[in-house]
Amino acid sequence: MSDINDVIIIGAGPAGLSSAIYTARARLKTLILEKGVIGGQAILTDRIENYPGFPDGVIPFELVERMKNQAEKFGAEIKIDEAKKIEKRGKHWKIIGYNGEYLAKAIIVATGSYYKKLGISKEEELTGKGISYCATCDGAFYTGKNVIVVGAGNTGITEALFLTKFCKKIYVIEILKKMMAEKILQERALRNEKIKIFLEAELKEIIGKDRVEGAIIRDISTGESFELKVDGIFISIGMIPNTKFVEGLLELDKQRRIKVNTEMKTSQQGIFAAGDVVSLCPNQIATAVGSGVVAALSVEKYLSEEI
Amino acid sequence: MVSEVKTFTDENFENEVLKAEIPVLVDFYAEWCGPCKAMAPIIEYIAKSYNEKLKVGKLNIEENVSTTGKYGIRAVPTILIFKEGKVQEMLVGLQSREKIIEIVEKYL
Repeated sequence: MSDINDVIIIGAGPAGLSSAIYTARARLKTLILEKGVIGGQAILTDRIENYPGFPDGVIPFELVERMKNQAEKFGAEIKIDEAKKIEKRGKHWKIIGYNGEYLAKAIIVATGSYYKKLGISKEEELTGKGISYCATCDGAFYTGKNVIVVGAGNTGITEALFLTKFCKKIYVIEILKKMMAEKILQERALRNEKIKIFLEAELKEIIGKDRVEGAIIRDISTGESFELKVDGIFISIGMIPNTKFVEGLLELDKQRRIKVNTEMKTSQQGIFAAGDVVSLCPNQIATAVGSGVVAALSVEKYLSEEI
Repeated sequence: MVSEVKTFTDENFENEVLKAEIPVLVDFYAEWCGPCKAMAPIIEYIAKSYNEKLKVGKLNIEENVSTTGKYGIRAVPTILIFKEGKVQEMLVGLQSREKIIEIVEKYL
């Protein structure tokens, strides 16, 4: 509590780690608070093909591991704790965590986001028993089986394509009239015989007692329902930003992401934000890295002017 | 330093886990699974902090199909907590250190 950090970065995903590399290298006393695991949501993907500099793709876990080592090399310290609240303390900011309290001259919020749930009955009970939010982790359990992927955005289609390695048939259920995934992903999905896409369709009900046995799908245009027999349901319907702890302190947009200007400044002086938690940041490792760097440079500038 | 996280297998599961005199935490993992790797330091930490009171080990689901199947594991990472040979808790997916501690404390 006695030590004042120049900057505390909340969240050790690609955004937070990138910020830390810059601030620590700029000789700012840098502390990173991470509530769970280093790497954030990024590590849930098996391989990233479009991260610049890696023509053969890169495994996200290895990429963030390198970022972490780089941040630590320049002197950043990582502590496992979750921020509960941020309070003003004179000129500085105080972060109240579960294991302690931390003081900083500036803060970068890089807390990312987590999976949105369908919010239907049995989803919770059958998680790990057929319901999954991570095809990379659980795909292999469905070798030779039929599965559903809910959501045809970038994540959903990437998951569906990954699952073709194992599964017999993948039904993609998308509530909208068209897929929102990138063109290249759409093309691959449409070309793949294992993938069948249902547009304007909604997963209404999960069937199964101790494990997933199927689902009831409703065709929105006709209003008719039909059943799909599957062993697994992978849910990829988007992300919810981790902003609960800054509600009332920072200005948020309609999706509860943090509003920032082009310098990654939030509505509070001395608090910056970066990565998926920020308004309009398109859930990419590259953009998280970029915004993390911008936030770090803004912190440097802010601290040099302030003192 | 020797890791305090034991390695459980189909062969030693009965002796090491089911017949253990203290509660056991089993971490079902796979080599391909990023979140499992990310959770490894947390498992290591739990093993160290509960040294004598809790046995902590990992089980590779690919190499130990029979145990994995027996407990209906369909996701990694999955943590099972055993006490007196019976499953007490199942935690599916990536868990925070605090969450695991909270659950473990119930069985000590």
